[in-house]
Parts: sequence; C-alpha cells; structure tokens
Amino acid sequence: MPILEFQDVSKVYDKTTKALTDVSFSVDEGEFVSIIGPSGSGKSTILRCINKLVDATQGSIFFDGHNITTADKKEIRKVRKKTGMIFQHYNLVDRLSVIENVLHGRLGHKATITGAAGIYSEQEKENAFAILDKLGLADQAYKRCDELSGGQKQRVGIARSIMQEPRLILCDEPIASLDPSSSKVIMDHLSDINQSMKITCILNLHQVDVALKYSKRIIGITSGQIVYDGPPETLSKSKIHEIYQSSEGELITDVE
Amino acid sequence: MLNKFSEKLKNKRASSKAEATQDTNVSQASKQSSNTKATQDAELTQDAKISKWQLDKSSVFIKRKRTFTLAFLGVAVLFAGSAIITNYNVIEGFTSIPKVIIWMVQNLVPNEKSWEHLPSILSKLAETALVAIAVTVCAALCSFFFSLLGTRTTKANPLVARVVRVIAAFFRNVPDVVWAILLLFSFGQNVLTGFFALFFATFGLLTRIFIETIDEVSSSCVEAMHATGATTLQTVFQGIVPSSMPSIVSWILYMIETNIRTSTLIGVLTATGIGYAFDTYYKRMDYASASLVVLSIVILVIAIELISNQIRKVIM
Repeated sequence: MPILEFQDVSKVYDKTTKALTDVSFSVDEGEFVSIIGPSGSGKSTILRCINKLVDATQGSIFFDGHNITTADKKEIRKVRKKTGMIFQHYNLVDRLSVIENVLHGRLGHKATITGAAGIYSEQEKENAFAILDKLGLADQAYKRCDELSGGQKQRVGIARSIMQEPRLILCDEPIASLDPSSSKVIMDHLSDINQSMKITCILNLHQVDVALKYSKRIIGITSGQIVYDGPPETLSKSKIHEIYQSSEGELITDVE
Repeated sequence: MLNKFSEKLKNKRASSKAEATQDTNVSQASKQSSNTKATQDAELTQDAKISKWQLDKSSVFIKRKRTFTLAFLGVAVLFAGSAIITNYNVIEGFTSIPKVIIWMVQNLVPNEKSWEHLPSILSKLAETALVAIAVTVCAALCSFFFSLLGTRTTKANPLVARVVRVIAAFFRNVPDVVWAILLLFSFGQNVLTGFFALFFATFGLLTRIFIETIDEVSSSCVEAMHATGATTLQTVFQGIVPSSMPSIVSWILYMIETNIRTSTLIGVLTATGIGYAFDTYYKRMDYASASLVVLSIVILVIAIELISNQIRKVIM
C-alpha cells in the first residue's frame, strides 16, 4: 500500500495563481523520490500540501491510508507528527542550543503544557544525543545554533526531523545553500536514513545531477503539472530540457 | 565696494569672451586639418567625438554652477523677504546672542538656594522615573499578548488580527499629550491620568513594533515547528519567545528612555512628578531651580541610556 497518494490535486493561490493542476502520483513506503523542475513550478507547494502547511484547493491526498485533505486540527497534528521536514534555510531557532532545537522534534508528541515549558524525558534527551552523535554533531550539542556553519545547521535540521520518529521526511531544497562538500554530507545522511531506518524521503532539488545520482525515482514538474515520473535511467536529456522548458545548451547540465 | 565688484564682473566677462574665441579657433583649426588629411578620417572623427564629449562635460558643470547660484539667490531673497515682513533685524538678532548667554549664565546656573531643593527634586524625579518604568513594563506585557494575536506568524484568526492592528493603530496615532488632556476630564490631576496617557501611547506603539519583530524574526522557525506538529502555545514559548526576546527587550528599554522624557511633559499637564516641579519653579521665576530640574532629567536619561546599552550588549 502506498504511504502517500495524490489524486488530481490542484492548488490555486489567491484565486488567480495556479500552482498545481491535476497532480496525481503515489509513493511507496521506503522510496527515495526527487522532484525536479524550474523555480515556481510548484515543487514546494507539493511538499507543503503533504504536511498541510498549504491546503490543496481540489483533489485528495491520502497519507497512510487516510484522506488528509479534509483533516481537522487534531488529524493534521497526527500527520505532521509522522512527517519530518527539512528546509533550505534550516529554519532553526538560532538563539537556542543545538540540543534544544533537536528536542523540538518531540513537540508534536507532547502535551501542550510540557512542550511549551520545554520539559523532556530522560529517554528523549538520550535519543537526541544519540542522533547528534550519529550525525557527527556530539561536540556541538551545547553550542548556540547561530555559531554553526550551514552544513552543520542542516544536520541539526535532519536530527530534529529524525527525533520525530517519522514515516516520511520532506526536504525542501536541502542543499541549495550549501557548498559541494557539505551537500554531499547531507545527501549521504539522507540516503542513509532512507536505507537504514526505512524512512520514505521526498526531496525538492535544483541539482539535476544530484537527483540522478541519489534517487531511485524522479518526478519532473513544469508549471504545476507532472511531465516525468520514473527512474533516473530513463530520464533523457531532451526530457530534462522539456522539464526546464529550455532548448539545447541553455542548462548548466549541458556544460561538459 | 560696488565699483570693485562691477570691475571684477567685467574682467570675468572679458576672460570668458577670450575663452570663447579660443574655442572657435580650435574648432576652426580642427576643421582645416580634417579637410587636408582626408585619409585619416576615422581617427579624426574619434578626435571630434572626444572634443564634443569634453564640451558636453563642461556644459554639465556650467549648468550645475548655474543651479547653485540660482538656489543661493533664491534662499537669500526668501530670507530678506521674510525678515522684512516680520520686522526682523539681522544685526540685532546676532548681537543679542551674547546677551542671551549672559542671561543664561546669570539665571540658569543652579545657585545655593536651588541646591536646597535638590532632595525634593530627586524624590520627584524618582517618582517620575518609576512611573515611566511601570507604565512601559505593563504596556509591554499587554502589547506582547496582543501582538501574538496580531501577527501572521501564529496564524491566529485573521479577523482578530485585523482588529488588533486597527486598535493598535488608533492608540498609537493619538499623541500622548492629547491622551493626557482627554484623561484629565475623567481622572483629574493625578498620577493615574499620566499613567494611562503614557500607557495607551506606549501600548499602541509597542504592539505594532512587536508584531513586526515577530513576523521578521520568528516566522521561519515557527513554520518548522508547526511542521513537527507543535501546537500554537508550544511555538510561542519554544520559538517566538526565544528568537524575538532580545529585540523586544531592546525596544522596551528604548521605550523606558522615551517615556521618562515624555512623562516630564505630561507631568506639567497633570500636576505630578518632575514636570510639575519644573512648572512651579519656572512660574515662580526661580530659574536656577528650574534649570536644576532640567539638568537632573538630562543626567537621569543619559544614565538610563548607558545602562540599557550595557544590557543590550549582554543579551544580544
């Protein structure tokens, strides 16, 4: 059974701007999917529809068998508990310590009051340190997040999402602001999480070569519509040009 | 003197004429050369271009000079006109400055008699400062609560957010002195009037500032926390409070400084605090004591500014 299913999903912003038009696809448990497409084509909207940061205008989205398009507040919280999210700009609380930011991943599982007061159990704290250790950030645990480098911040973001014990991790341009070596570290961690923990990963990527190397499935999207859905091996050069609506020689991937 | 000036003008005109003739000479020369050496046509047009460019450039400078002269003359005419209309004597105005300074030295320097008032002045000053601090802290607490309802970050009810913004705008746009005058009718001349007048103005301003601060500083981390399934109360205490607190504290410190100054003025109206002390000494023509009041206010405000700068350094 697919963990996620989109059925003819459309999203219109402000009654005029069409972001998605009749998008349908399904993702099985444990898949590693990259979504590629030009800026403004609707990649971020797809991810944000899954954890209800954005509400789809039409169609239905099924997560783990439940239709989440009609979900109420309680059900939305349930969905969000099970989906981690990683952002391009890390979206950490910069003035708090690394360990506090990692523990924020538990907020969805806690009662409102204990979460607001920042009271965590010993078990949760131990888990947080174990995850930081695994991501190579054990020494940074008590540092403030604004003292970290970009790659380290993104690893804190990953730690926060693993802390949720999620079924699915959504990555919105996870390496768009990182240098090549930090990018590799982040992508390796993500694919390791996918393989060892069996967590489904859906990534928005601008780097076509990275998408081709790491993912087993690629979804190409152009102005709110899916134009390619399949393994990286069958994604031809002309198809890439169709996704980015460009002609031969206009893409960075064309440079040999 | 006038003769000299006209002489200078004549000289200038003559010299500019000479320049002009020189210019025509140069252009004639270049024309001649272009006729004789037709083979190096391209080079010559290049030369012509450069000379034309130089001419353009000089004309730009001439234009700028002309604008300056016109602006200066305009200001001079305005000054002369307004001086004539208001019967203002320029020379008398400037020569009276030393007299003013002498008067200030004679009357506004605190004398022995005024130092006797110092204890009462200081107690009034303490009262005013404490009221200003109390007002700012109370208003800041209310403002923070209301700004949480008014900001986009918490995704509170949009209608409520709108109402909060309108209320804040209303309180902000009525000046504190007007608040004081209005409240005088209901509370009479006492500390409470000043308290509420300052409270309303501070509340309006801080609510607006807090809404903007929260939207600017916290929206990204709050988005991430919402995505983990955190409730609104959790995002407020774990996300908004830690990320926006330094700038909020900084604004509160700034408002305390401003409110000490403003409360002096409001004190004149409500007959309380240091403002009233100043008013009484001034009306009794006890200028030495009045200036002691002013000096004490200035010292207090500077001291508070220094302290708050230190606090800012620590929390940032």
